[in-house]
Amino acid sequence: MKPVFIGSIGLAAEGLPTWSEGSKVLRGEQAFSPEPLERYKPALLPSNERRRATDMIRLAFKVCEEATQAFAEQRPELASVFSSSGGDYHVLDQISKALCLDERMVSPTHFHNSVHNSAAGYWGIGALSRQASTSISAHDHSFFAGLLESAVQLDQGSEALLFTAYDAVPPEPLQKKRPICTPFASAYVLSARPNTRTFVRLDIEVVSRQGLSETSMQDAALEQIRLNNPGARALPLLALIAKGEAGEIIFQGMGEQWMKIAVSPC
Amino acid sequence: MSIQMRPLKVSAFTLTTALGEGVNANWQALQAARTGLKPCDVFDIADLNTWVGEVAGVNTHVISGALQDFACRNNNLADLALAQDDFSQRVEEAVAKYGADRVAVYLGTSTSGIQHTEMAYAERHRVGDGEHDLPEWYRYESTHNLYSPVDFVRQRFGIQGPCMSISTACSSSAKVFAAAQRAIGAGLIDAAVVGGVDSLCFTTLYGFNSLQVVAEDICRPSDAQRGGISIGEAAGFALVERDGLASGDAVLLGFGESADAHHMSTPHPEGLGAKLAMQGALDRAGLAANQIGYVNLHGTGTVANDASESLGVHALFGDVPCSSTKGWTGHTLGAAGIVESIFCLLSLEHSWLPQSLNTRDVDPDIHANILQAPVALKEKYVLTNSFGFGGSNCSLVFGVAP
Repeated sequence: MKPVFIGSIGLAAEGLPTWSEGSKVLRGEQAFSPEPLERYKPALLPSNERRRATDMIRLAFKVCEEATQAFAEQRPELASVFSSSGGDYHVLDQISKALCLDERMVSPTHFHNSVHNSAAGYWGIGALSRQASTSISAHDHSFFAGLLESAVQLDQGSEALLFTAYDAVPPEPLQKKRPICTPFASAYVLSARPNTRTFVRLDIEVVSRQGLSETSMQDAALEQIRLNNPGARALPLLALIAKGEAGEIIFQGMGEQWMKIAVSPC
Repeated sequence: MSIQMRPLKVSAFTLTTALGEGVNANWQALQAARTGLKPCDVFDIADLNTWVGEVAGVNTHVISGALQDFACRNNNLADLALAQDDFSQRVEEAVAKYGADRVAVYLGTSTSGIQHTEMAYAERHRVGDGEHDLPEWYRYESTHNLYSPVDFVRQRFGIQGPCMSISTACSSSAKVFAAAQRAIGAGLIDAAVVGGVDSLCFTTLYGFNSLQVVAEDICRPSDAQRGGISIGEAAGFALVERDGLASGDAVLLGFGESADAHHMSTPHPEGLGAKLAMQGALDRAGLAANQIGYVNLHGTGTVANDASESLGVHALFGDVPCSSTKGWTGHTLGAAGIVESIFCLLSLEHSWLPQSLNTRDVDPDIHANILQAPVALKEKYVLTNSFGFGGSNCSLVFGVAP
């Protein structure tokens, strides 16, 4: 596959509230001290949609808005790949609870927010983008699958796209069955060719898992987050980019096939 | 904008819908104008005055053996569908031919095995004060998670290539063809199992009801008196391959994807996003609109969808014959794309186009040429539309290799 170029990044996690702040932590310049994320107010959403936007949609918007800050004029032209392991656990929980009551009254807003492509749908409205958009899941390998789908789209004629991967924290009682304990989201403006804004080149290869071990985080707390939230599988890649270093990242895949990424600043 | 794509061979397919299990049962029902819809009598529902397209066989079919953890209504339906038309044998042959790591699984679903979660919440509610845990037997990962049908199919065939679930509401299992074509084009894989599965559950029955788009009467697409959708369940699969294209083979010629950027649950009133998707599919196929001989409409039977889709279709295709097949199957949501793609492939094979079943008087504001009786297909290419919540649109062009 052809290489992929990163033009900008958005990040949101406890202790890594934005890419500009979080990259200092990932470079080791600042200690990692997790603090709850503030409820984000999406700047691009009209008031009607903003009112209906759930915490998960706000999480996705936070990183997508940060990643496209310098690309405002390009937003309508960007295709998009939204990847999330489980989507909006809160909405699914609310609907499941409502269906236990005799009236089985589902809120219409909950229902239209329950689709896996809810964040992508709001993004299309907010970014005024009619470009192709896909929303995917590959359970714990959703970051891998989303990055691979993005790379394939760029290889096959797409010039630039917005890729985001995010997972929110499920509420109880679902959380015991899907124990994600901390939110994590990242977003990337990716392009098929280098330009004045691109600063990292990724050479992505799908390879046999034989003899490979997954790249982990040195910091124990960050490693715990990486393993806990499927969106946080991005962390080793983000850390390498934050340090401005060249290197190789191994991602675990769904079966025998894993992913090897050669990262080089450009 | 778009470039012409290399035709993608569709070498095998199967589907199971309310019309029956496998291609023959479905084709016979289409030809006999026999609907699969019936007044809603599923689960314990007594308060929904609507019609449903139930796959009767799924009520007694349960995944057993090594993959029994995947058992839930949605995966059971996938398993039932995989057992038809020698489809599984064709997949096994492809895996043997190309190697397990050169085959992908891309499936569409909107709600996956959510019905399993609904049952778990209901049991928890019955047990007590709502403070309890979900029951011991409840498995989230292998049932409700959107990836579970993909993982089930992947493990069933020992497939090791890239796998993902696409979940863009009702366009999900149309977009899987686009994903497979691109992955083959990028040299990532040689073949893919594509398709989709969605099954009846409280969430969609009561959820669509809350949006007031569920018809009390049977679904009547494009009818002047249409009242909305009838919800159905279905599973469908196709095997697509890079090589070996021979004269007479079914092929995907083009795909187009777009977003409405308009509203979460209402289509763009002038069908703008729909038009972009249809034009994108024509561009990739390298075809002009007048070379398309049939449009299988998304045609849900809601006032808004049928009106806006007709505007888009009529603007692009003029009087090309059109019909929605949702009067037969109901709206199978995340499976609609694959079901209607297979109907298109059957129309090409038999040069026969289905009418818009249950449509009595076509809405005078709908100018698309809605078929009220079956006719012969006169051109070599057909197009199918799938549109979903969030304004997600996908159109596919199919044909037969010359």
